[in-house]
Amino acid sequence: MSEIPGDLKFLKSHEWARVEGDGRVTVGISDHAQGLLGDLVYVDLPSVGDRVEAGTGAAVVESVKAASDVYSPVTGTVVAVNSDLADKPETINEDAFGEGWIFAVEIEDSEQLNELLDPDDYAALLDDAD
Amino acid sequence: MTSKTILNDSHRALGARMVDFGGWDMPLNYGSQIEEHHQVRRDAGMFDVSHMTVVDLRGERVREFLRRLLANSVDKLKKKGKAIYSCMLDEQGGVVDDLIVYYMDDGWYRLVVNAGTRDKDLAWIGRHAAAFDVDVVERAELAIIAVQGPAARERVLGLVDAADRDVLAGLGRFAAINVRSAHGADLFVARTGYTGEDGFEVVLEQGGAVALWDALLAAGVKPAGLGARDTLRLEAGLALYGQDMDESVTPYEVALGWTVSLDEGRDFIGRERLERQQSDGDARQLIGVVMDEKGVLRHGQRVLSDAGEGEILSGTFSPTLGKAIAFARIPAGDAGQVRVDIRGREVPVRTVKFPFVRDGQAQPGVLD
Repeated sequence: MSEIPGDLKFLKSHEWARVEGDGRVTVGISDHAQGLLGDLVYVDLPSVGDRVEAGTGAAVVESVKAASDVYSPVTGTVVAVNSDLADKPETINEDAFGEGWIFAVEIEDSEQLNELLDPDDYAALLDDAD
Repeated sequence: MTSKTILNDSHRALGARMVDFGGWDMPLNYGSQIEEHHQVRRDAGMFDVSHMTVVDLRGERVREFLRRLLANSVDKLKKKGKAIYSCMLDEQGGVVDDLIVYYMDDGWYRLVVNAGTRDKDLAWIGRHAAAFDVDVVERAELAIIAVQGPAARERVLGLVDAADRDVLAGLGRFAAINVRSAHGADLFVARTGYTGEDGFEVVLEQGGAVALWDALLAAGVKPAGLGARDTLRLEAGLALYGQDMDESVTPYEVALGWTVSLDEGRDFIGRERLERQQSDGDARQLIGVVMDEKGVLRHGQRVLSDAGEGEILSGTFSPTLGKAIAFARIPAGDAGQVRVDIRGREVPVRTVKFPFVRDGQAQPGVLD
């Protein structure tokens, strides 16, 4: 299994969130999640300007076999989407925590960040699942 | 309880991602489903399909029994080793299972049936066999390895006893023969498959399965999982039991009318319903569709057509075509412009003939 970057926060449903310091949160799915999904062939991105709610579906990633919702870890407005994924969804398979980011949200309530899992908790969750 | 094939440890040693498939612990992929798909289309891949069931039927009246049991006619099988594909129907014409039947000799036919339908099939066959004094013997001790792809036959030939090589090389499509492996194992080798590629399905005693698997690996045949098997068979236009058909549909409603033999004087189970459906012209239709927009078509999505509403049966992303393809079932009539409801959005799709892919190539009209 790949290293879990220490600067990320996680949802139990395998999304990661990186707090960028300017009130933005970048969102993707974990390396573990991409491994479970297998070869990704399509990403249904949100639109810039969409309002997303913490814990609800904001994007959809599709592997050959299945479609999975990507939940937003926080509530706010989508301020950027990774449009490169439209042509290269496999970027998520190759670099889930980096180039494979999916969208960025301008956060409304930074208190919500406290409810997310830190990397150790997420790693423990994965260990328990094995 | 989950069943395991004799190759279970081999799959795990190769790093397979295992999944529950109809009660069987089977490999979904060994890393990348898409790479395994391309491997089969371009060279040769192998699948452990030992979860499928071999059933031997023996008795003086076995041919008479199969004329009653199957919608296709075993009367077409004149030469030993030849096989046909057929549906086995219930009295309402619904598909109990689809299977391959091999003519072994006058008192012996061999069926290969789906994994998930084993118990149901055996009960159904057994119930109807009694009246014909036919013995129904499940051959649970046999393993099956499917070797598929343009290089598949050549690779298998290299592992067969030199004395049997020529006769196996000359085996026609949809026929089987008994040969010996270079290791001395008895192999029942059929030139059949489920990927649209040429190849063999090799049936042998479980005891020899690991050695054959390893020999194939050494010969350069790469393992492929159920994931690749599913995308390959859909590209090849082959229907899947449980996804595209079950007891609620007749062969006509799964585009398998070509397997139904309405030959004179043969009273097979379900025939009456099929004849009525033919004369009424009310059978639903299975169509092949391609989506030019990005995205993936999925089982259960709602389909809108001029003929009425239907649904996506098998749907997937086609690695060979780089687009989503699917089977859909819609009511009888002219389909017109077909749309699929994808998460609330009506996306247009094109109706195309299938197979979508043959001999590794997109078929005319499929890519636009």
